[in-house]
Amino acid sequence: MTSNISDEVQAAAVAVERSAATSQLRFATAGSVDDGKSTLVGRLLHDSKSVLVDQLEAVEHASRSRGQEAPDLALLTDGLRAEREQGITIDVAYRYFATPRRRFILADTPGHVQYTRNMVTGASTAELAVVLVDARNGVVEQTRRHAAVAALLRVPHVVLAVNKMDLVDYAEPVFAAIAEEFTTYAASLGVPEITAIPISALAGDNVVTASANMDWYGGPTVLEHLETVPVGTDPSQDPARFPVQYVIRPQSAEHPDYRGYAGQIASGVLRVGDPVTVLPSGLTSTVTGIDALGAPVDLAWAPQSVTVTLADDLDISRGDLIAPSAHAPSVTQDVEATVCHLHDRPLRVGDRVLLKHTTRTVKAIVKDIPSRLTLDDLSQHPSPGELAANDIGRVTLRTSEPLALDAYDASRRTGSFLLIDPADGTTLTAGMAGDSFAARAATGAEPAADDEGWDF
Amino acid sequence: MTTVAAINGTGAAEGGDLYALSHLDALESEAVHIFREVAGEFERPVILFSGGKDSIVMLHLALKAFAPARVPFSLLHVDTGHNFPEVIDYRDRTVAEHGLRLHVASVQEFIDDGRLRERPDGTRNPLQTVPLLDAIEKNRFDAVFGGGRRDEEKARAKERVFSLRDEFGGWDPRRQRPELWQLYNGRHSPGEHVRVFPLSNWTELDVWQYIAREKIELPQIYYAHEREVFRRSGMWLAPGEWGGPKDGETVERRLVRYRTVGDMSCTGAVDSDAVTIEQVIDEIAASRLTERGATRADDKLSEAAMEDRKREGYF
Repeated sequence: MTSNISDEVQAAAVAVERSAATSQLRFATAGSVDDGKSTLVGRLLHDSKSVLVDQLEAVEHASRSRGQEAPDLALLTDGLRAEREQGITIDVAYRYFATPRRRFILADTPGHVQYTRNMVTGASTAELAVVLVDARNGVVEQTRRHAAVAALLRVPHVVLAVNKMDLVDYAEPVFAAIAEEFTTYAASLGVPEITAIPISALAGDNVVTASANMDWYGGPTVLEHLETVPVGTDPSQDPARFPVQYVIRPQSAEHPDYRGYAGQIASGVLRVGDPVTVLPSGLTSTVTGIDALGAPVDLAWAPQSVTVTLADDLDISRGDLIAPSAHAPSVTQDVEATVCHLHDRPLRVGDRVLLKHTTRTVKAIVKDIPSRLTLDDLSQHPSPGELAANDIGRVTLRTSEPLALDAYDASRRTGSFLLIDPADGTTLTAGMAGDSFAARAATGAEPAADDEGWDF
Repeated sequence: MTTVAAINGTGAAEGGDLYALSHLDALESEAVHIFREVAGEFERPVILFSGGKDSIVMLHLALKAFAPARVPFSLLHVDTGHNFPEVIDYRDRTVAEHGLRLHVASVQEFIDDGRLRERPDGTRNPLQTVPLLDAIEKNRFDAVFGGGRRDEEKARAKERVFSLRDEFGGWDPRRQRPELWQLYNGRHSPGEHVRVFPLSNWTELDVWQYIAREKIELPQIYYAHEREVFRRSGMWLAPGEWGGPKDGETVERRLVRYRTVGDMSCTGAVDSDAVTIEQVIDEIAASRLTERGATRADDKLSEAAMEDRKREGYF
């Protein structure tokens, strides 16, 4: 580290510190084994000055003791003993870095070991996914899987990073052909926004600093794009959803009759005075107060954690959903969903499971597994009977109690659920309610490239 | 908190920016959600409370999450016997102020009755695991909140928000439950418990900015003050009965502060003249060392020191 760099670091860091009210972007990376994902992540962290001296020293020390000449930036991210021993990434890890413009939470997902469930995990909370492609190989099966998972999980923004441009002489036609092929494919899945960027993670082209080797490229670097992509959603576009987490009843001299419903607004905007319906009971009332962690407010929005009071003393408990009476979801005991099976124990027709949806956990039976999806070509395998680890398929479930379930494409928060093994509590399956491209392909319907139903 | 009266009624027309949350508000909302999930799903949760800044922020968030009711959790302090007196004082004042119940698990007691043996290097930090697991078992705690953050250390970067521990308190990184969306799975069998990390997504700077924003009082040792220290393994340690200084180590008076507060035997001070929180934030923002790299001896024991301790039941 030269003193020159520490000055820059200091300037950048102090700028970050001055802006405690910056926005935050959660994003995930996806890439297969040798396409340079660890190098890209290492480069992003390193060139954005997010690697501190003691971390770099530890990496240099570990690299030397392995007989490597240059510091191996992948060691920055491979945190487990087994990962370092085997030189692979086993599990999703979360990284944090910041620039003066934004804070970043990066879900660093492994490329090849059990890729689907790991990417599903990383993508479930991501607002942006970076899909890496080796410029020499172009769009391969793995790339299509990554695009399909990003589409399935409804990640709002996708970046195609065409890596190793240094190995194809920084040639524009190579990049243009890959970008064209990927964009066409991803758009057919319904991915709403795709940004393609030619990079060399190893040489540092277009990752943090603009490349001098590709003056034909006029777009942003990876970091610039991460810093400027719009985050969050406009909650006013979505109906309010308020899953009750916990009932707050102080029963103290100061608050003898206080009864507040605590929760995190899952979508939309909640206002004092809103007529609301409580599901699944269907009871109605009016919002009389909203407490935003200490301050009474007139309105609050997703994803704020608040406490709500209602005009009527209703029987409401954890697991109930408060929604505007004019836009309440329907309730059902028959759930149709696309699922990604996560566990080595397969999911079979007839299995009795627990289903956790928002704050509500109910019993459920797997009534049918109508199809399994092959991610490589999006073909359907009918009636597979069971889903193995990393399989994606359609499932129908019957629940013991009604659920106020939205479609996942309307709300990632109230359209998602987990299946849990009642015997030992194992998380078995991740579920997304309603239709998906998987279902459309099964029925032979055309996937809509300009699907206006996309709404995050 | 960004609110409201000014935009009430016009928000819907004006689009998304009005509804933006700052990153601190987003982190706060997420942490509160985690506290309430635990309150809703577990029988006997406890907050690990050391009097360090992360556990202080945890308690502050818990107080906000359940207001105007009381925090429905008790506190547990694993007392190494080598704590900074200012921190113990802070702990006891806080417990009294909020009418909380405090459990203390004492490393010294375990050493005195022979269940633990003092290490040759005098460090008691790794010895905390046994009294911690003992307290969890005896009190049948089923959820244990820790202030661990994923930015602290590369093994912690792999940690889940809800982390299932077996009957030995062990963490097996290869058998972790995948954690998707905001759906936390707290199911566990008798004897098992779940460690919960509401500050998982916070960085050191976030914690300090939040402390500044919320005007949270901290033990004074977090701010620059003159104190006696001596040099060992490149760190400024506080002299004390725990085993320092030894021959050849000399005590001097320096202007220092602490970035982390753990056991005196392994927590180093940093040279600093930051006496206000704004100065502390400036100092951290410009620091070229991570918090643990700068001040924690126990993480330097081996490349996988944290992972190994976590496997044994440490946080």
